[in-house]
Amino acid sequence: MSDDPVIRVKHLRKVYRMGMIEVQALQDISFEIQRGEILSIMGPSGSGKSTLMNILGCLDSPTSGEYILDGVPVANLRDDQLAQIRNRKVGFVFQSFNLLPRLTALANTGLPLRYAGVVKGRDTRARQALEAVGLGERLNHRPTELSGGQQQRVAIARALVNDPAILLADEPTGNLDSKAGREIMELLLTLNRERGTTVIIVTHDPTIAAQTQRVIHLRDGLIEEAA
Amino acid sequence: MNFLQMILEALESLAGNKLRSGLTMLGIIIGVAAVISMLAIGAGAQASINNSINSIGTNLIFISPNNEATNPKPLTAEDAAAIKASVPSVASVSALLQGRVQVSVAGKSKSTTVMAVAPEYASLRSLNVTEGSFITPAMIEARSAVVVLGPTVAETLFGRTENLTGQVVRLGSQPFRVIGVLESKGGSGFGNQDDQVIIPLTTGQTRLLNRTPHDRVDQILVQVASSEQVTRAGNDITALLLDRHHRQVGSEDFSLLKQQDILNTAQSITGVLTLFLGGVGGISLLVGGIGIMNIMLVSVTERTREIGLRKALGARRRDILTQFLIESAAISLVGGAMGILLSWGIVTIIGQLAVSSGTALIPVINLDAILLATVFSAAVGLFFGIYPANRAANLQPVEALRTE
Repeated sequence: MSDDPVIRVKHLRKVYRMGMIEVQALQDISFEIQRGEILSIMGPSGSGKSTLMNILGCLDSPTSGEYILDGVPVANLRDDQLAQIRNRKVGFVFQSFNLLPRLTALANTGLPLRYAGVVKGRDTRARQALEAVGLGERLNHRPTELSGGQQQRVAIARALVNDPAILLADEPTGNLDSKAGREIMELLLTLNRERGTTVIIVTHDPTIAAQTQRVIHLRDGLIEEAA
Repeated sequence: MNFLQMILEALESLAGNKLRSGLTMLGIIIGVAAVISMLAIGAGAQASINNSINSIGTNLIFISPNNEATNPKPLTAEDAAAIKASVPSVASVSALLQGRVQVSVAGKSKSTTVMAVAPEYASLRSLNVTEGSFITPAMIEARSAVVVLGPTVAETLFGRTENLTGQVVRLGSQPFRVIGVLESKGGSGFGNQDDQVIIPLTTGQTRLLNRTPHDRVDQILVQVASSEQVTRAGNDITALLLDRHHRQVGSEDFSLLKQQDILNTAQSITGVLTLFLGGVGGISLLVGGIGIMNIMLVSVTERTREIGLRKALGARRRDILTQFLIESAAISLVGGAMGILLSWGIVTIIGQLAVSSGTALIPVINLDAILLATVFSAAVGLFFGIYPANRAANLQPVEALRTE
């Protein structure tokens, strides 16, 4: 692994046009994230943290500025190229889990491998990912047969299965009770500590943010302070 | 990505909403079944009409007087003899008279068609006798009072069709000796050939079907040696008769009708009929296709979030497009296969009904119709699947994920 930062963002701007009005969602954001870091992005609603997360996750492109993810400049890629970057370099964990209800835990976990064109060994890798999040016994359960915390573990396994450069978690504990939330947070910290996974958590919960090494505070599309 | 797996996944997704998928499929099932069974019925009608036209003989030319000509000269037995003598491609000729007559025996009677013909008539119309003999040249010579009975007539008068030669029946008031009974040809097509009696041409001319002038005939029937020579024989006969009747081209006092022309006309009529029936089936298939589009659009809307997630996990535009296209193609192909089975059932039932009602309509499912319906239904599925699939593929992941 090189010593380059896994994420380098320079003068990032994002402008939405809603009819005649221009909304400056992000104005001149610059920061770096090193490999193996675990950090949070915080801010009140409307601060631009969702926009920043979408851009970091390659779901959306910035209006201007530079974004280098794992050595690849991704600011100006086309939709299908972005899809491949997401597939290989980003693992998503969503607030509402977003598992496909018809598929088993194993199949849900294997989904990114499918779009990566992996045919052989897909199930083996999916099983290993599920074992890494402590769900080795629940491979063939469907999401409705799992608790909220277990579903989020499947989602984390799915995010890890393709060995991404960053794991991007959007309010990962928001839909969980406090015990399950603590366990998920514990899992993310463990993954960061033991596997060296770079973890970015978007949250408005200060107790979550307090557990990470670094917090980026956003307000009105600007970085307020870097603690 | 593994294609087989995508198909399995599509089927699984369709199985996830069985009622909806089933109802959508029903549109295609009915459409495909309609197309195939309509085409089969058309083909059956065509075959049965061809059959009955061919049963009247082969390579025939019918010559009749043209009553619209001014001062027509009648067709005569001499005309028939001249055609036989001077047109080389003609195999045999019979002049004939035709009329209605009351046939009676021992208190039973029946009104039927009487034909006065030459001995060649039997081979011209492929008539066979089950007993006795047909009219012979000697009977023509002698103007004998003899008659060949059609099986329907024999059955009505005697209650049987065997052991009738030598019996005497009356045609009108005149006694005729039965010399033979015709083989049954089945009652359909061009006049019931079982419901007739046949007498020698000369006997008809002098005793039963008198015409003025005396040697006039109603029709001359010509058989050409081979089908390739029919057109030439027709031209030769026209030239000969024009010459004999002293007429110009364009003012013929006779008209020729070739059997092939009847066949062609009938085929073009049944062709149009088949096309029409197939078109009706096609419309219902189209409606089924619109049903697919409708359901797929609903499905895309319902699964916006799933599409967003798949895109977030790395699905490209093409992956989503293929996923939804395979789903709609699966609906139409499975529906198509079931439609083929259904049409087989429909056609069997219609065949049974036709047989039990005595109609000679046997629907024929041919491979063409099955291929056509399969290709058409797959095309319908793909065509009407493109729009919804495209909509799914063009969803922006950020917005799709935001949908609840």
